[in-house]
Amino acid sequence: MSKPELVKLIDTTLCTACRGCQVACKQWNELPGLKTKQLGTYQNPPDLQWNTWTLIRFQEYEDKNKNFQWIFRKDGCMHCTDAACVKVCPSGSLYYTPLKTVGIHRDKCIGCKECVSACPFHIPKYDAKTDKVYKCDLCYSRIRESHAPACVKSCPTGALTIGDKETMMKKAYARAKELGGDANVYGDKFVDGTHVIYVLQFKPEVYDELPVNPKVPLSVVIWKDLLKPLSLLAAGGVLGGVFLHYMIHGPKTPHEDVSGQDGGNTEGGK
Amino acid sequence: MTNHYCDLKNADVILIMGSNAAEHHPIAFKWILRAKEKGATIIHVDPRYTRTSARCDFHVPLRSGTDIAFLGGMINYIIENKKYFKDYVLNYTNASFIVGEDYYFKDGLFSGYDAKKRKYDKATWVLEKDGKGIPKRDMTLTHPRSVFQMMKKHYSRYTLDKVSSITGVSKENLLKVYEIYASTGVPDKAGTECYALGWTHHTTGSQNIRTMSIIQLLLGNMGIAGGGINALRGEPNVQGSTDHCILYGNLPGYLKMLPASLDTMEKYLHKYTPESKDPQSANYYSNYPKFFVSFLKSLWEEKATKENEFGYSWLPKMEDGKHYSTMHMFDAMYAGKVKGFFCIGADPAVSTPNSNKVRKALQNLDWLVGENIFNNETYEFWRGPGIDPTKNKTECFLLPAAATMEKEGSQSNSGRWVQWKYKAAEAPGDAIPVGEIEIKIMAAVKKLYEKEGGPNAEAIVNLKWDYLDSKGHFDVIKVAKRINGVFLEDTVIEDKAKKTKTEFKKGQLVPGFGNLQADGKTACGNWIISGSYTADGINKMQARGKEDPTGLGLFPNWSFAWPVNRRILYNRASCDVNGKPYNPKRKLLEWTGDKWVGDVPDGPWPPQADKQKGKYPFIMQKDGLGALFGPGMAEGPFPEHYEPLEGPLEKNPLSSQRMNPAAEIFKSDMDKVANASEKFPYVCTTYSCTEHWCTGALTRWQAWLLEMQPELYVEIGDELAKEKGIKNGERIKVSSIRGEAPCIAMVTKRFKPFHVEGKTVHQVGMPFNYGWLFPKDSTSDSTNMLTPTVGDANTFCPEYKAFMVNVEKL
Repeated sequence: MSKPELVKLIDTTLCTACRGCQVACKQWNELPGLKTKQLGTYQNPPDLQWNTWTLIRFQEYEDKNKNFQWIFRKDGCMHCTDAACVKVCPSGSLYYTPLKTVGIHRDKCIGCKECVSACPFHIPKYDAKTDKVYKCDLCYSRIRESHAPACVKSCPTGALTIGDKETMMKKAYARAKELGGDANVYGDKFVDGTHVIYVLQFKPEVYDELPVNPKVPLSVVIWKDLLKPLSLLAAGGVLGGVFLHYMIHGPKTPHEDVSGQDGGNTEGGK
Repeated sequence: MTNHYCDLKNADVILIMGSNAAEHHPIAFKWILRAKEKGATIIHVDPRYTRTSARCDFHVPLRSGTDIAFLGGMINYIIENKKYFKDYVLNYTNASFIVGEDYYFKDGLFSGYDAKKRKYDKATWVLEKDGKGIPKRDMTLTHPRSVFQMMKKHYSRYTLDKVSSITGVSKENLLKVYEIYASTGVPDKAGTECYALGWTHHTTGSQNIRTMSIIQLLLGNMGIAGGGINALRGEPNVQGSTDHCILYGNLPGYLKMLPASLDTMEKYLHKYTPESKDPQSANYYSNYPKFFVSFLKSLWEEKATKENEFGYSWLPKMEDGKHYSTMHMFDAMYAGKVKGFFCIGADPAVSTPNSNKVRKALQNLDWLVGENIFNNETYEFWRGPGIDPTKNKTECFLLPAAATMEKEGSQSNSGRWVQWKYKAAEAPGDAIPVGEIEIKIMAAVKKLYEKEGGPNAEAIVNLKWDYLDSKGHFDVIKVAKRINGVFLEDTVIEDKAKKTKTEFKKGQLVPGFGNLQADGKTACGNWIISGSYTADGINKMQARGKEDPTGLGLFPNWSFAWPVNRRILYNRASCDVNGKPYNPKRKLLEWTGDKWVGDVPDGPWPPQADKQKGKYPFIMQKDGLGALFGPGMAEGPFPEHYEPLEGPLEKNPLSSQRMNPAAEIFKSDMDKVANASEKFPYVCTTYSCTEHWCTGALTRWQAWLLEMQPELYVEIGDELAKEKGIKNGERIKVSSIRGEAPCIAMVTKRFKPFHVEGKTVHQVGMPFNYGWLFPKDSTSDSTNMLTPTVGDANTFCPEYKAFMVNVEKL
């Protein structure tokens, strides 16, 4: 029996930015807390890092009617169905798990950082010390044993929930409808759908660091979907042509009518 | 809380005021969100827009220290617009009582004020009684001296214009809140209020809460599901701490500490055992002697006899009129009068107001004993910033204590649920539970007293502290059973009402405080926790039943709620005088004709319509009814707005009394105050953050937490920041007349200036989670360098939330 396709739902309208999730992730994955500075915001570290796989972003937003909202958004890997990072990874470190999440075999990572450039959500983060890249793996070690991811387990308000895709998508759309206004569901309409889905209160363009139309980069598509197959085709063609030539013309033999061109060892005049 | 956490989901309107619930009670906040899911309106009133505001329906900013003005305006609105629940007000409150002729209120002062002593003689704060000693009543509520009319007159001064000018809240916002909240004054709607330190940390803290209690009584919200007054208590078992008398003015179970002038037990019991001549008033505190004597027996058991007043003279006494709060203690320490200090699970060098004074005071000590899980600024005071350790003679000890998960015992949540918990890990090294430290110290002290004698030696030598197990370790079960109470001899209890006689054997646990005796037959460490064990020795605090028969989230089989597992206090007020629920759709309790069904009823007596056997619902009040007129408070029977000790205004807009006339003023040379000063023009408030706990003495060592909130900051509105040329993230300095706090500026839209009495008043706010000890490269110290030594007139809870500062670029 195949495992269900899971979707983790982030309902930003229930999030109190307690950051239990940010800490639970570090605890489960044994990631350190590093030295930071107070830069004038609650958001810390300032961005995702090799040791911070999920981050609550704090944003003070005033709409055109001067209505104020302090927006909290849990940032982290979206676990795309068409994942640019998996496409681009030369070593097979990034891969699709049987649960359709994007896993990471860190021992295979060669630190090329192609995934860092390719990800439309800017998720994978590189650490120079270990020469490897890090990101959320949707707690694969937990979900394959039917446990909730650490972040979901820690959430006190139910802003984070996980379940089979169909149920969660229904829940997300029902919630957006209930909220009304500009509330919307984000994640299902690009990169063939993500396994982390948001319910947003405002339109996506309002949110810091949230791409409105994320795509696998064209360069990656051209490279991996076009040039690579073509180059493979070409390489195959070369090999095939050489083989064919061998079959038709046989091995290369020296020509009989070689005239005086015997290596240029003749001395003197001609 | 009168109610409990799960009950919050039953409310139709939740007012969060004096609390930042989402940030400081993040787990409990889910019950508030459950209410919201069901359609409740959640209102947040707070000087600052916080993470709580983000999840509420709307946020209303108000100037720190003006909550009584805001709520007084709501009382005025409720009365003017007749939004009160008339049946409830008539039958369950003292609205109909007649106020004594000699009581008056004039220009900010009530009758009986002594300006020199800053104290009231409350002799005139009385309600008239008839010839039989029963309070006179006017059920039409029209008598000019009825409590109702006196209250109406008092709050008629809290007009929308006046309140708006004092609080800085727009009239539009005032009306918005008043209308929505007052809509719960009908039988089928419940309004609840959640408060925490935002209300208690003021010189008028207790009255802040009392004003809301008056509103809840007027709207019929006390004693119902989804109603009540709900204090969100602090995490390190603050509820348990106050239940077991960590406060100086209490004995366990909120019994009264002894003033020296009450030198016999008879005098003491006469003063504190209330009397009522009204046969319909249960006046449950008339059982006070049973609780008190049982407590004395729990200390000295067989040595406490009828002949020696059960050891009454051995209990330490307070000097009449003197107070012993933390601020008083440090004041005395500063004056050189306190020589030794046990500092257990605390960091007052960071948490007590006026840190400069506190740290100077510590230097006068001969010895300091710390009991804690980590080191902190208090234990290191002798080599703190600016202190030369070679010049200090204090001998300091730091005893390692076991942390909460390293010991078994009970923990009480705000909802009065006393939940048993277990040990998850061994304490490291020599660390042992604090209970064991105290027992071992006391055992050694006892031996010394036995050998050498000393003042009040009997009190110590006669102590029956049999709380160690066979291996010499703290036996929490023995303590828990003692707290519950035990029969010291074979006892027969007669229940005259039920006509039964029950026999209890010596050594058997008491099933509840109803069985406690005033003649020395029972010992009980804390009467309110009595009943946490069954007579057969089963620990009810361990219960984890998930049944919820009423659907209201009472969970009667989950742990033990004091008192006697009652989940909602005053619950008989959820029914009319005949015992029929006011709201059949949210049925908490119902009288079936011969008994109450639902929650544990607040007293088994029939509803008050039964003139023979029925009782009023507020059984812990002498008169059995909710007190709108409350003579027990230090500064008046009706809450009145006063400005903070240190505020932006020269005058109180409401009267000639600028600040609380009953609040004590400390007079040491380090107790400077700068009211309405140009030098310190901004209102400042202090608070915590989700990521740190209190002084940060536990959490600053935790890398994951420190990473999220690494350094001290001041939240400053973008308009004020612009005025001062301060940029976000810049290092700046906040100062008061008492001290300085260098920190990082967090420029934010979440603080907006207030318009108060015709001027613009800016407010800033700072967390108090940082100190100099750790992290090592910290350039900030305690925020309490700024705060004044002043507190509530009843409880001395310090005024951390309203004082004046300046903010400057470095």
